[in-house]
Amino acid sequence: MLGDLWKLFLENKKALAGLLILLFFVGVALFAPWIAPYDPRGNKLVDQEVLEESRGRKQTVERTQLDEFTEERIYDQTFTTRTKETTVKFPLKSPPTSKHLLGTTHSGQDIFSQVVWGTRVSLSVGLVTGLFTTLVALTLALSAGYFGGRVDEVISLFTNVFLVIPSLPLMIVIAAYITVRGVVPIILILGLTSWPWPTRLLRSQVLSLKNRDFVRVAASLGEKPGFIIFREILPNMISLVMASFFQSTMAAIIGEATLEFIGLGNVSVVSWGTLLYWAQTNGALLSGAWWWFLPPGICIALIGTSFALMNFAIDEISNPKLRKR
Amino acid sequence: MKYLFRKLSLLAFALFVAVTLNFFIPRMMPGDPATELVDKMQGIPPEALESIKVAFGLKTDDPMIVQYFKYLGNIFKGDLGISLSRFPTPVSTVLALAIPWTLGLIGLSTVLSFFIGTVVGIAVAWNRNKRAASWTVGVFIFIRSFPYFWLGLLLIYLLGFRFEVFPVGGSFSPYVQRPSWDFFVSVLYHGFLPALTIVVSSMGTWILTMRNNMINVLAEDYITVALAKGLSLKRIKTLYAAKNAILPSITGFAMSLGFVVGGGLLTEMVFGYPGVGLMLFQAVQAKDYPLMQAIFLFISTAVLAANFLADLAVLVLDPRARDGGR
Repeated sequence: MLGDLWKLFLENKKALAGLLILLFFVGVALFAPWIAPYDPRGNKLVDQEVLEESRGRKQTVERTQLDEFTEERIYDQTFTTRTKETTVKFPLKSPPTSKHLLGTTHSGQDIFSQVVWGTRVSLSVGLVTGLFTTLVALTLALSAGYFGGRVDEVISLFTNVFLVIPSLPLMIVIAAYITVRGVVPIILILGLTSWPWPTRLLRSQVLSLKNRDFVRVAASLGEKPGFIIFREILPNMISLVMASFFQSTMAAIIGEATLEFIGLGNVSVVSWGTLLYWAQTNGALLSGAWWWFLPPGICIALIGTSFALMNFAIDEISNPKLRKR
Repeated sequence: MKYLFRKLSLLAFALFVAVTLNFFIPRMMPGDPATELVDKMQGIPPEALESIKVAFGLKTDDPMIVQYFKYLGNIFKGDLGISLSRFPTPVSTVLALAIPWTLGLIGLSTVLSFFIGTVVGIAVAWNRNKRAASWTVGVFIFIRSFPYFWLGLLLIYLLGFRFEVFPVGGSFSPYVQRPSWDFFVSVLYHGFLPALTIVVSSMGTWILTMRNNMINVLAEDYITVALAKGLSLKRIKTLYAAKNAILPSITGFAMSLGFVVGGGLLTEMVFGYPGVGLMLFQAVQAKDYPLMQAIFLFISTAVLAANFLADLAVLVLDPRARDGGR
């Protein structure tokens, strides 16, 4: 079942392209320390070379004859090293050069290194939030769809209500009240405001699966709810769960960048969002520093496209009408 | 009517939830942002301090539930507190300055984007085996993955800074007399780039929704019958396929409004367009909590109202909804 799906998925050109883009960024995130040429926060390179080491004279302070054979001596000695230290300050707001592939910021940090390190934060926040959101949505959808009745009514009501309440202003207001700035609050805020869409999507799938014959048979055979939910229903909606995971992750990456861009994140963390925040605060746009705000946006767009492509592929696999004939 | 009643009660309940959230958010935060803020605000006018304390529920010894009902009462009276950053102007007065700009910019461009997107979606589905159609879909999938504000930045850079075709901020030129024809032109000129940002980045959603609906409808038997009968292709495309495909699209439009409006607010922030979005941004910067909360309430109310309008549209277009829903 899963294997078949995976095979169909890989045979789809869109899915493959999407997966490759995602893997590329995962690779960048994992190997950031080796890929980034400089410290993302530093603005200079300091190189030290020891030219000469010399010892000074020994100068005796105290000499004691302990016994016939043992003598104790205390002395001072100086060691001097002559070091050549070369500090190369990075140019400020420099356009891309061979040394700084994507140029530098107003205070001379290397933007390429920042983008590479930023991949780590942005991608992991996205994936963790996506996972969190999908789990919340799946739990709600399974309980609503399977148990029906009152449970379903309450869950559906709140899903529909939070669907129509605009989430961005809500996120901004919550974030503004939280005094701790950082990655964890952002994950929580994004997760807490983005569950309604996937919940709605997954719930309708659970409902339709629940009325299929194989589930009814399982129920009349006296299988326990846990078995029916996790062994009969869940495996049959894996593609939709994946789709909502991709969608939630993409929304989270954009959401994180948005909150950070507004200045509601921790601005000392290096991520794509804070990169854009600093670019905006330092007027990168109107001083023509395109190399500062273009790359983070392109990265976000590429990741977004990769998830969108995979989603599209899942759509095509599960809805044959959409396939090209 | 049952349909309308059901929708109305959902929206009313949503409004109630938004109002309640607005009350509880400041009171439920971990730590004590209120006291922290009040401590930091030494030397501001005592009335402003009062306003903060009211916003955070610090002022009274009333139990939470009494505070809540007082808060509800104040909202009904339109009393949203006093703005901290523009002290001592009431929040409602400050907000009223921004509302027309937002309704004009976000309202118009959202509707425009829905119409263009739907028309393109129909065309793309109809010609789905042509190369141009799949390219269009691909391009918009790519654009849809941009963060809203980033597309705005890009447009400002290219058309505002590099080629100087459009102004880079504001909503009208300060040198023209208002009201006059020139003023109107100036407003359009300044609104063009932000509107373009909203239209281009939200259009992809409508194209995709409409395209998928259309393709599903085109696979229906009655379309095959219509083709077999030899009806004109144009007639089949518009009256048979598109008319039926547009209904779920409108429902989808209603539900995505929250997202689109969020994007519009960001666009305003980026362009320095003096609407509610920019005001929200400034309120966050200035820690003007009463203003922030009022803006949240306003946006929620506006989106819910727009939802209601979309529901009305479905009611007019769909006889099934008129006959009392499913």
